[in-house]
Amino acid sequence: MRDSDFYFRKIDWVSIGLYFLLVFFGWINIYAAVYDEQNAKSIFDLSINSGSQMVWIATAVLLIILILVADYRLFENLSLVLYAFFIILLILTPIIGKEINGQRAWFEIGAFRLQPAEFAKFATALALAKIMEANTFDLSKVKYQLRALGIIGLPALFILFQPDFGSAMVYSAFFILLFREGMPNRYYVLAITLILLAILAILIENNFIVVGVIGVCLVIVFFIGKKNWQKVVTLAFLGVFMIGYVYSIDFVVSKLPPHHQNRIMVLFDPDIDPLGVGWNVTQSKIAIGSGGLTGKGYLEGTQTKFDFVPEQHTDFIFCTLGEEFGWIGSLVVIALFITLLLRLVFLAERQKTRFSRVYGYGVISILFFHFFINISMTVGMFPVVGIPLPFFSYGGSSLWAFTILLFIFIKLDSHRIQILGRMS
Amino acid sequence: MESNRPLIISFVIILLGAVLLVKLFLIQVTDDSYLRKAEKNAIQRIVDHPYRGLVYDRNGKLLVYNNPVFDLMVIPREFSVKDTASFCKFFNIKKEALIENFNAAKKYSWVKPSPLIKQISNEDFARIQDYLIDYRGIFVMTRSVRSYPQPSAANALGYIGEISGNQLTRDESKYYRQGDYVGLSGVEAYYEPDLRGRKGVNYRMVNVRGIDKGKFKNGDLDTISIAGKNIQSTLDLELQQYGERLLAGKRGSVVAIEPKTGEILSFISAPTYDPNQLTGSKFGQNFTLLNHDGNKPLFNRPVMAMYPPGSIFKVVQSLVGLQEGILTPNTTLSCNRSLVACHNHPNPVNLFGAIRNSCNPYYHQAFRMMINQEVSSNTYRDTQIGLDKWRESVMRFGLGGKLGVDMYGEKGGSIPSSALYDKIYGNGRWKYSTIYSLSIGQGEMLVTPLQMANLAAIFANKGHYYVPHMIKAIDGDPNLIPEKFKTKNHTGVDPAYFDLVQEAMVEALSGTAARAIIKDIAIAGKTGTAQNPSGEDHSVFIAFAPKEDPQIAIAVYVENAGWGGRAAASTASLMIEKYLRGNITRPALETYVLEGNFIY
Repeated sequence: MRDSDFYFRKIDWVSIGLYFLLVFFGWINIYAAVYDEQNAKSIFDLSINSGSQMVWIATAVLLIILILVADYRLFENLSLVLYAFFIILLILTPIIGKEINGQRAWFEIGAFRLQPAEFAKFATALALAKIMEANTFDLSKVKYQLRALGIIGLPALFILFQPDFGSAMVYSAFFILLFREGMPNRYYVLAITLILLAILAILIENNFIVVGVIGVCLVIVFFIGKKNWQKVVTLAFLGVFMIGYVYSIDFVVSKLPPHHQNRIMVLFDPDIDPLGVGWNVTQSKIAIGSGGLTGKGYLEGTQTKFDFVPEQHTDFIFCTLGEEFGWIGSLVVIALFITLLLRLVFLAERQKTRFSRVYGYGVISILFFHFFINISMTVGMFPVVGIPLPFFSYGGSSLWAFTILLFIFIKLDSHRIQILGRMS
Repeated sequence: MESNRPLIISFVIILLGAVLLVKLFLIQVTDDSYLRKAEKNAIQRIVDHPYRGLVYDRNGKLLVYNNPVFDLMVIPREFSVKDTASFCKFFNIKKEALIENFNAAKKYSWVKPSPLIKQISNEDFARIQDYLIDYRGIFVMTRSVRSYPQPSAANALGYIGEISGNQLTRDESKYYRQGDYVGLSGVEAYYEPDLRGRKGVNYRMVNVRGIDKGKFKNGDLDTISIAGKNIQSTLDLELQQYGERLLAGKRGSVVAIEPKTGEILSFISAPTYDPNQLTGSKFGQNFTLLNHDGNKPLFNRPVMAMYPPGSIFKVVQSLVGLQEGILTPNTTLSCNRSLVACHNHPNPVNLFGAIRNSCNPYYHQAFRMMINQEVSSNTYRDTQIGLDKWRESVMRFGLGGKLGVDMYGEKGGSIPSSALYDKIYGNGRWKYSTIYSLSIGQGEMLVTPLQMANLAAIFANKGHYYVPHMIKAIDGDPNLIPEKFKTKNHTGVDPAYFDLVQEAMVEALSGTAARAIIKDIAIAGKTGTAQNPSGEDHSVFIAFAPKEDPQIAIAVYVENAGWGGRAAASTASLMIEKYLRGNITRPALETYVLEGNFIY
């Protein structure tokens, strides 16, 4: 018992405090989102979503206790088993899953519905940590790069079959983890360049971009000098590739189904289809934008309350916050997220084993991606992809999955000294 | 080797978090368009249109009331129809019109109701009422339109219509909104502020399906509507209807006034139209038709048509001459037809005889005496001075300027001044021989039928008048009518002089308008002929009765009906009998007038 007391004191209470603050804010915003003045019910009423969320929160606390009292070695030992288990579940989901909104992303067990894609995230993070445990795993080598990409790509691929484009995209967040663990810079430079080029290709005339690409290449050649001809040739290949890429963007976009096309185009021109695809984004921006500096006051929002914003208690929960608490409220919540993420970076860096550190960055990657993409989507900076805001959005699967994800790391962190002892 | 990468990651987290905050600041704090859009979304401004005031005649008979009509409203987001063809058939609307209206509604708002089919008739509403629940996103809203139980007094009552863009910009009270109805003519326009009442506004919150979610800000911004005030007009519906019957098929005016008060008893503009034509959904179509009608039914003749007064003006000349001391009852002048044409009558005549026989040369000479009083040795100057002095006296009879009746668009007529002739002929280049036509009410002189009726009232009142008006009481209170209608206006002519004039007007009838005489009712009248250069002259007659205690003063104009003794005098006589007796004892005369047809 003295042992566990010791580890209990080692637990990072800062992260736990931030977690509960976010969960609490999420809960009261879910209540605001479903609140109906003419038929007011208590926040605890189990017939409304805030009541169910309270149950999810309570069960999440049970999960937390389970994780904290479990043997810390369990997670490392079971990591690949868990990964395999969720891969199998993901394969089964499109086949036997329940179809909701054209997606087979849910498992139904009695009255219980689970979304395996949410849980596969922490399993993937554990698997990545496991295979990268050995110091020999060198991400500058193509062999190891491919292994890591395989672990990440497999669940993403099966999620695409559900099809759930948003959840699949989340797996790209692991590139943050890989970056920390030594993935070469050039991939990131290339990726950022390609993303910028894609945006430019949609926004402006292709010929201007081509001229720009050639110009940049010539400037680089000037700096490299003629002697380093190998690099010049590589650069020439890259230049040609990018020009081809720019032209292919328009082609690919034109081949997408129209409603996907519009989801992208609406970012650049919200008036493209204000009643169709543009509806969500337009109404979401109206709700948030009408909040002003200090908001309309708790439970006083009109846009979210009167259903102008679809999915307002799940993926668009940030609208309720923006409308009722204004910019100040948004500032507080964003600051909480950033503080939590920076805290996790600090915790990850103090880990003594690569397993714990890699897993810590897995948590950071997933949380950061969800946080940034979800809010970007509600303010019209990113296409509408259905991914929840961690700890905030309504839903048992998502809350449980994020809780497990975070608390496994907190558990590992609390044993950081012990793990070191075992290693030595 | 990778030691700076945690820092880069931390930096990216902070940077992208800051990007979100900046973006949020831009849409939440610096841009208030979202707030307006949010209000447009969720806050519905529901205008509570009050009932417009009713209009009654002087005896309490209803002239104008409000009739409910039904608009089919649509909430575009909710609305969908499986079978458009049967929907169109059921609601009695063309498919193109349905699509056009629906698109207009969609353009206005996706979530708020707009009219889909305006003004469904009572019958259609009864038919569709029970089936409305079969369709989503449509409901019926009740409004009211003006209605007239009797198709009478169209130009006097006027009509209401949607406010124009011009009126909206001129409206300084900021009371009106696009689409509001406003009185556009007649009583409806003049008493608009009383009749309209005050709109109430309710701010309601609605959800995305347009379902009411309660008051906005607990109703602190809401206002209650106040119903319009009822108006009692001075019109006598029965007399009005009778006059309209008499003038059917003719062009002209009849204005009857109660001399004691200036109250307008009948106000007839012929040809007229059924005021029910200019209400409801048929307004636009009918307005265009009426507006293009060659007989100009929308032309408000009693206050807008201007004619030379003709012989009737000789009565005014006599009174001005008497008051000035230029004429006395004994002033006798010869009927010198070398001055101006006349007809056969005893010669010479004194003033009484001149009125009775309408002697042109008498007034040619009498007017010269008034104009050229040798105030100046220069004949031209003397004429200028004399004319302007005379004009001042004449204008006190309510001529040469607007009377101020409670009706917009009133014309003032014209009594020429020396300045006018200076402008036409040049200063010092005209004298009496240029303007002598004025002596017998011709030349550059114009009056409206209303002014002529008022003249008859002045003769009846022996020298004073009240501005003719259509309003008797507002909300049952006679004291609420405008002050100017309670004020006596004096002509400045001694009442004693009117005795002679009245006598002469009674006598005149047996000579020039024997048809007008009614047994047992003493009528004083004077015929006139308004010269019409483009066709048959207009027949004019003014009268008042009974002479001893005048109850009615009347002016009748029948266009192209020739000499005044015929159509106009007969019509006036019938109107007087109708008003004083309630029935007609001379059916032959009535038939004669009814069958007269002077529209060529």
